[in-house]
Amino acid sequence: MKNRRILVTGLLMLVMLVSFVFVGSAANAQERLILATTTSTENSGLLDVLLPPFEETFGVRVDVVSVGTGKAISIAENGDADVILVHARAAEDAFVEAGYGVNRRDVMYNDFIILGPASDPAGIKGMTDAGKALHKIAESKSPFVSRGDDSGTNKKELSIWASVGIEPSGRWYIETGQGMGASLNVANEKQAYILADRGTYLAYSGDIDLGIVVEGDPELFNPYGIIPVNPAVHNHVNYQMAMALVGYITSQQGQKIISEYTAYGKVLFHPSAIKPEDLK
Amino acid sequence: MEYIISGLQSALMLIINLDPEVTKVVTTSLKLSLTSTLLAALFGTPLGILFSKIDFKGKFVFNTVLNTLLSLPTVVLGLFVYSIISRRGLLGEWGLLFTMKGIIIGQVLLILPIVMALVRNAIHDIDEKMYKTAISMGATGTQQFRLLLSEARYGIIGALITGFGRVIGEVGISMMLGGNIKGYTRTITTAIAMETNKGRFSFGLALGIILLFIAFLINFIIYFYQIGESR
Repeated sequence: MKNRRILVTGLLMLVMLVSFVFVGSAANAQERLILATTTSTENSGLLDVLLPPFEETFGVRVDVVSVGTGKAISIAENGDADVILVHARAAEDAFVEAGYGVNRRDVMYNDFIILGPASDPAGIKGMTDAGKALHKIAESKSPFVSRGDDSGTNKKELSIWASVGIEPSGRWYIETGQGMGASLNVANEKQAYILADRGTYLAYSGDIDLGIVVEGDPELFNPYGIIPVNPAVHNHVNYQMAMALVGYITSQQGQKIISEYTAYGKVLFHPSAIKPEDLK
Repeated sequence: MEYIISGLQSALMLIINLDPEVTKVVTTSLKLSLTSTLLAALFGTPLGILFSKIDFKGKFVFNTVLNTLLSLPTVVLGLFVYSIISRRGLLGEWGLLFTMKGIIIGQVLLILPIVMALVRNAIHDIDEKMYKTAISMGATGTQQFRLLLSEARYGIIGALITGFGRVIGEVGISMMLGGNIKGYTRTITTAIAMETNKGRFSFGLALGIILLFIAFLINFIIYFYQIGESR
C-alpha cells in the first residue's frame, strides 16, 4: 500500500510539473498577432481557411479573439489587440478619427436580412425597405428581438430605427444582450422578428422556423473593414505583422479565398478590396 | 431530449476518434486547472493553517471576508483581473491578457479563498488535545505545521478537489482573460459556450460530457489514493 501511495503521489507531481512547464514554454514559442474580430466572421468558418496560408508564409500565429464589434473596438483601443476585422462603418471611422487605428481597408461585404415567423403579424413579407418594415413592426407591436450587445448587427439595427424616428421600447421589444446565434434562438422561441446577418442565418436555417421577410435594401449592406492599431498610441503592438495581414487579406490571393468560400452551399462573403475582374 | 441523445452519441464518437480539436481543448483545460490548483494549494494550504492557528484582533472580519469571497462570481473576478492585466492596466506591459498565464492568475485568485477556507475548517476539525500535547512536549513550529498537515490531510485533499472542480468548470474567467483563442486558450468550457452560441447544441453537450468524465476520472484516482492510505 505504501508503495502505491508513493507511486500515485509521484505521478500526480509529475503531471503537475509537466503541465507547469508546458504553460510556461508554449506561450512564447512563436510570434503572435492578436486579431479581434466579430463572432460572425469566426463562426462562419471563413478564418479557418483564410488565415493558415498567411500564418505559414509569415511564420506567425494569428490569435483570433471573436467578440461583438463594439467590444473588438474597445479591446483595440486598450491596446490588447494588434488588428481588428469588424463591421460597423461609423464606429470604425470614429476609431480611426480618434487616432487608435490607421490604414483602414475595405475587405468584403455581405448583407443583413430581416427574419420573421410564417404568420407575419406585421405584414411585411416581401418588402424591400427595411425602415418601413421596422415601422410596421413597431406600429403593430409585433415581437422583435434585438441583440442589445453593441455588436455591428446591433448598431445597424439601431441606426435603422433611428432613420425612421422610432425609439423602440415596450414589451414587444426584446433585448437579449447575447450573440447572433443565441438571439436567433430566442426569436425562434418567441416567434419574433429579428435582424440577422445572412451567414449566421444560413448556419441556423435548418434549426429554426423563421424565414426571410425583408432583403435587398441598400441600407442592409454589411461591409467589413480591417484596421491595424496605431503604433504611435500603443507602441507594443505588432504593427508590421498587422500591416502584412492587411496586405495579404486585400491581395489577390486573400480576396480569391474569400470569394470562393462557401458554407451551406452558398457564398457568404463578397470581396471588396479589389475589382471583381482582377480576381481571375 | 433529442439533443441529449445525439450529444451522448457525438461525445462517444469524439472520444473514440480522438478528434484533434477536442484533444487540444481538453489538454488546455487540464493544464490550466492543474496548474491553478497546484499554485492555489502551494499558497492556500500554509495560509489556511497559519490563519486557523493564529489569533489576532479583528480576526472575525477577516473570516467573514474570506467566507464572502467564496461567492465571488467568476465574471466579476475576470473583470477585475482584466482591468489590471489589460495594456491600459497596472501590469499592462507584461502582456498577460489573452494568454494562459492570464487565465491562471484569475483562476488562482478564484480558488485561493476556497482552499484557505476549507483548510481552515479542516484544521478546526482535528483533535485539539493532540495538538496541545505536541506543544507541551516541545514541538517546534515546523513540527507543529507537519503534524497539522498530516492530521488534516483528508480535509486538505478535499479542499483541493473542490478548488479543482471550480476551475475546470468555470467559464467566465477563461473566456474574459483567455479570449477563447482557437488552438491556444480555448478550453472545454469556452468551447461549450461558443458551440452553443453557434447552435451546435449536441457538440456542446458532448464536450460537457467529456468534462464530467475527466472530473470523474480524477476524483476516482484520488478516492483510491485515500483508500490506499487509510489501510
